[in-house]
Amino acid sequence: MNWNMLLFIVFPYVAIVLAIVGTVYRMIRRPFTVSSLSSQLLEGRQLFWGSVPFHWGIVVILAAHLVALILPAGIEVWNRVPIRLYLLEITGLALALWALFGLGMLIYRRVSVSKIRAVTTPLDLVVLGLLLAQVITGILVATVYRFGSYWGTGVFVPYVQSLFTLQPRPELIAPLPFILQFHASLFFVFLVVFPFSRLVHIITVPLGYLTRPFQLVKWVRRDRPVSSEREPVGAGRR
Amino acid sequence: MDVRAHMSMIFHLDKCIGCHTCSVACKNLWTDRKGAEYMWWNNVETRPGSGYPTGWEDQDHYRGGWKKGWVGVELKLHSRPRGLANLFYNPALPDLQDYYEPFTFRYEDLFTAPEGDDQPTAIPISAITGEPMNIESGPNWDDDLSGSAIYAANDPNWKDVPSEVQAQMAEIERVVFNYLPRICNHCLNPACVAACPSGAIYKRGEDGVVLVNEDKCRAWRMCVSACPYKKVYYNWSTGKSEKCILCFPRMEIGQAPACAHSCVGRIRYMGVLLYDADAIRWGAEGDEKDLIDRQLDVILDPFDPDVIAAAKQSGLDDGWIDTAQKSPAYKFVKEWGLALPLHAEYRTMAMMFYVPPLSPVVSTIEEGLIRLDLPPEQVDFELFDNLEKARLPIKYLANLFAGGNEALIRGILRKMLAVRIYKRRQSVEGEIDEATMNMVWSAGTSPEEIEAIYKLTTVPTIADRFVFPPYHREMAAESMYGDPLARKGDTGLGYSVPPERGA
Ligand code: HEM
Ligand code: SF4
Ligand code: SF4
Repeated sequence: MNWNMLLFIVFPYVAIVLAIVGTVYRMIRRPFTVSSLSSQLLEGRQLFWGSVPFHWGIVVILAAHLVALILPAGIEVWNRVPIRLYLLEITGLALALWALFGLGMLIYRRVSVSKIRAVTTPLDLVVLGLLLAQVITGILVATVYRFGSYWGTGVFVPYVQSLFTLQPRPELIAPLPFILQFHASLFFVFLVVFPFSRLVHIITVPLGYLTRPFQLVKWVRRDRPVSSEREPVGAGRR
Repeated sequence: MDVRAHMSMIFHLDKCIGCHTCSVACKNLWTDRKGAEYMWWNNVETRPGSGYPTGWEDQDHYRGGWKKGWVGVELKLHSRPRGLANLFYNPALPDLQDYYEPFTFRYEDLFTAPEGDDQPTAIPISAITGEPMNIESGPNWDDDLSGSAIYAANDPNWKDVPSEVQAQMAEIERVVFNYLPRICNHCLNPACVAACPSGAIYKRGEDGVVLVNEDKCRAWRMCVSACPYKKVYYNWSTGKSEKCILCFPRMEIGQAPACAHSCVGRIRYMGVLLYDADAIRWGAEGDEKDLIDRQLDVILDPFDPDVIAAAKQSGLDDGWIDTAQKSPAYKFVKEWGLALPLHAEYRTMAMMFYVPPLSPVVSTIEEGLIRLDLPPEQVDFELFDNLEKARLPIKYLANLFAGGNEALIRGILRKMLAVRIYKRRQSVEGEIDEATMNMVWSAGTSPEEIEAIYKLTTVPTIADRFVFPPYHREMAAESMYGDPLARKGDTGLGYSVPPERGA
């Protein structure tokens, strides 16, 4: 067992299991604790300049990582034309810088505004610190080891796939520079922190809102006559 | 027709003395907790005034309620996709300062201060940070401050009231005010429910109570903005939204909500209203001038045999129908037409109703407007014919309760004046003269109705004021878990795990 195996076989599996079991447990058994824990009521202006850039940046970048893992062929086709590769890389970098700006704002707000300090848990700071490390190493990767969307499909994608097929190939990661290895293993740290921190709010994105009826009516008695147990009524577009 | 029952409260504003007992009863029972200090599920504001949170009626700012859209009505706050895009930062959320920063005092200083020549003091500290703070506002900071340039002058209900009249109202001799107690209106078309991205808020089918399921709330805080009455509050400590629950655990055992039960002025009444759930959409979509009429049409006559038959078909038992027939809410809202919802133009179809205040109107007697040499009972007559002379402009009341429709308010005030004049003649003179009778008829009422209104307004017993239906909680429990005893001890407000803040 060497570092490479520890970090890229053992740790990933432990992290994935913890993330899944922990999240399922918390969602089902401790739903009261699941919340985005908004602090906008206590401070709004700095939150706007922090939360909006940070979230849009990080959500789009995260989605892009996911697309690359699920559809590497698509990325490869896109990148066949150099100008499109540049476009992708520059967009990614810009989003990351935008997210970094927002994250900086969020961290500054967390430590400088006394009302926000009052609702800050140690884990909040851990999460923000981890995010800072992750975004900075991401930006370093994008600038020092350029064109990750080009070579990444040949290295990271097979590695992640190897994890899911239970035939891990950590040797794919071994020759990579330190920063890249760091950035990759930090992802698994996020998985560990995920179920225990406010990060769970990520999986509660309420997409169902787009389609649910506006009005919700619930009956305490379950044995009401069926005749009136129809669609919830109420005004407004469905 | 889908008949459902609703628990509704009537506020008889003429009787409110502004003692805030209701607010304190509610606070002691429900919101005396960390994160909820600033919440007043029941609050009593001085009107004219800017209310709590400050300026809550300014929907250009807070974007609460509904507006007419392409099809039916739409939330003023957001379209659905926009709502999701605004999750990261809600542009229409009130700031804590719009309520006030909760505070306490450092009492232990009184005991631990070193010996000295001065009395030790307990300095104010923020209930959030624990740090010393300057108190800039607090609960009922503007209490009785009608006529003030900061509060009363910024009341949105001055709309269309001429500026000369507004200026007069700020003069010290002319200052007039009344109290407006407010709780959640448990609306028929609640904007809070519609705005919640998680679908955590719902209306109970049995009695119309609107509740937040805090297990499902994820602090997207859209309900806080969407409620035009600002009656959903965000608990900054637990990260969950909270609101008035109409004391449903009390109602289920036949007791009035704490605010109503403790009301010193005995201004509050409660009872069942039957309504047609299929007509809600129609009711909310009308032209602005029709909204109140439509809402009153959605509320059904519990004596109508068709309604009774439909109610039974919808599963309402005889106990509920019987209490609906005895409901003081039905009398005030439909039978006598004395009570109106607050700001029907928000289109949420508020189900708490207000009898507009007469007292400030009557006390308007001014030289040049009403002859002071008249005996008091004739002053009422003068006013009956000339409500324009009222000290609180009718337009103002109309903006609060009638979407600007002065005729509606005038009709109600005239009926209330008729009751007063009639009963005064009866008890002072012992007989009713022709002038009084003419006034009674022209107010659209009758001696019988006047007696009924008089009785329920002035000498009602607690059983007259609060008519609760049999909730049959035991049957509900049976239908949910079979043996009710199997779940003894974990119903009510219980949590299966302690309600601690998440990380
Ligand atoms: C699309 C999915 C997401 C939604 C709807 C969402 C929503 C929210 C909301 C409403 C808040 C509270 C903001 C406030 O204080 O009012 C929040 C905070 C936060 N979110 Fe997200 N979020 C999402 C995705 C993410 C992702 C992907 C990350 C990071 C990987 C993240 C990290 C954070 C952090 C660290 C905070 C705390 C910020 C602070 O210090 O106040 N979120 N999020
Ligand atoms: S008044 Fe109550 S029911 Fe109506 S929208 Fe506001 S919180 Fe919802
Ligand atoms: S307890 Fe009754 S009289 Fe006193 S302020 Fe409240 S509503 Fe008015």
